[in-house]
Amino acid sequence: MPNATDFLLAVEDLTVSFDGFKAVDNLSFYVDENELRVIIGPNGAGKTTVLDLICGRTRATAGSIRFRGRELTALREYEIVRAGVGRKFQNPSIYEDLTVFENLEISFPRGRSVFGALAFKRDAEVIERVEAVAESIFLADQLNRRAELLSHGQKQWLEIGMLLIQQPDLLMLDEPVAGMSVAERVKTAELLHRICADRAVLVIEHDMKFVEDIAHKVTVLHQGKRLSEGPMHAVKTDPKVIEVYLGH
Amino acid sequence: MARILNMDRTQLLGFVLLAALVFLVLPLALDAFRLNMVGKYLTYAFVAVGLVLCWGYGGILSLGQGVFFGLGGYCMAMFLKLEASTPEATAIQSTPGIPDFMDWNQVTALPWFWEPFHNLAFTLFAVIAVPVAFAFIIGVAMFKRRVGGVYFAIITQAVAAILSILIIGQQGYTGGVNGITDLRTLLGWDIRTDSARTILYFVNGGLLFVCLFIAAWIKSTKFGRILVAMRGREDRVRFSGYDVSAFKIFVFCVAAGMAAVGGAMFTLQVGFMSPTFVGIVPSIEMVIFCAVGGRLSILGAVYGTLLVNWGKTTFSETFPELWLFAMGAVFIGVVLAFPNGLAGLWTDHVAPRLPRRLGGRPRPEAAQPAPAE
Repeated sequence: MPNATDFLLAVEDLTVSFDGFKAVDNLSFYVDENELRVIIGPNGAGKTTVLDLICGRTRATAGSIRFRGRELTALREYEIVRAGVGRKFQNPSIYEDLTVFENLEISFPRGRSVFGALAFKRDAEVIERVEAVAESIFLADQLNRRAELLSHGQKQWLEIGMLLIQQPDLLMLDEPVAGMSVAERVKTAELLHRICADRAVLVIEHDMKFVEDIAHKVTVLHQGKRLSEGPMHAVKTDPKVIEVYLGH
Repeated sequence: MARILNMDRTQLLGFVLLAALVFLVLPLALDAFRLNMVGKYLTYAFVAVGLVLCWGYGGILSLGQGVFFGLGGYCMAMFLKLEASTPEATAIQSTPGIPDFMDWNQVTALPWFWEPFHNLAFTLFAVIAVPVAFAFIIGVAMFKRRVGGVYFAIITQAVAAILSILIIGQQGYTGGVNGITDLRTLLGWDIRTDSARTILYFVNGGLLFVCLFIAAWIKSTKFGRILVAMRGREDRVRFSGYDVSAFKIFVFCVAAGMAAVGGAMFTLQVGFMSPTFVGIVPSIEMVIFCAVGGRLSILGAVYGTLLVNWGKTTFSETFPELWLFAMGAVFIGVVLAFPNGLAGLWTDHVAPRLPRRLGGRPRPEAAQPAPAE
């Protein structure tokens, strides 16, 4: 049994029960520093719930989630974010009424208290960071556009950018390529490879081609339990996984 | 000033025009009686400006702003009432030296919570502190529990109803349904004369502009952008490392503080305060002022307040029984036909046709969408 503090993220015996239905059932898994882990599984396997539990949106019934040795289950959402965990939602969740620049600026990790936000200055450091992130998410020429005018794929990138500017140590993405064109998928895969050079990334994805492209390791969930785990080629040939998820 | 507020030319021009209207045109055009009436309307504008921040930007619809307007007004009225209730002036009462309504209700000593209102400095502090503290308590109780949207609106509505019932019920301490009336002097200065009322009108206008500048400043900071972000995507803001409830509590308290200043100025200019300004109906009216002016426009809120109240006065003098229906129709019309109110009409239809140097600007790339509420 490895020591939980050796990992960036250690999820142990995690259970959440909604009126007796166990959406996540006694689940344990570990994520290393700079690892890109993909969680796959059939609908209702509890994938999104796992992310909700880690980021504090849903409270665990039992079990522990340790991030760099720090217990997350007792923290509030914004404390978890400040500890270094970023979360992207399944549907692009951006501020439609604000410009791309303002969207990124809000996520810049400074002035997060009420009075900090009132005193916040848009200085050279902020502008530089926003422009650098916009460049990496392919939106450098869209900074002054209202976010609602972006295409679906661009909105997905913008939300990823909003997380990057926070510089989280763990980035969690829920179906980042859903609704994207083939060309956009390729660019997103490239973006994810670049991102995880200096942080760990936890991705939920259905697109098997995309998963093969990016994953270091894959965890397969089924009915809230871990069905299989390992490199993609091993998981793909696991008879249990073929049975419940990939199909024959 | 304009630099601090990050104002562009158009916004600055808007402030100048409104200042000209409030400080020059209206005082020159109206007699003392009508000017005092406009002064009264402008006290509601404080509430409407607070609602622009809280509702328009933050998406927090409060249907109980009358509570804060009333608390501010009552604090001011308590001071003025005590000053008017000297032992000499109330010699015919069975207990001289206490407010007349207390005497009528067999109260024989001044209640403890009235005592500090002998002091003007304390009163001015209380005018803001009491309503803000009350808003803070409501805010903590609601927003920390993630109560929002319609539920929050209903609860504020209930608070307004409860407070007005409480004031009416505790007649001996509050003056009951009549309110606190017959206010005369402020530190010996008779506030009922035309000249005093004119001076108070200008003080009121000055304070309103202080609130407008504060609102414009808040709007221009990152706090203002976070309010807009929260309105649409509360979860995204929360998961970007912000304590959303703290932001909501703060903006709700700011709106309450502004409403309270308006209430105190109402008492000074009109000479009384009563529960009719605390309950459900006035609280909803105040939301209508804001909606008509345009809930996303700080200056629009002032125009909306003036226009609706002017309409109310003219209309209710001629067709008293139809006024409430007209008011309801105006609200429904505004929400359906032009959800961003007068300000929305201006920016979408009038401003694009104006020459650039007069503050005209090209149509925005997309019209401001109405956030669903």
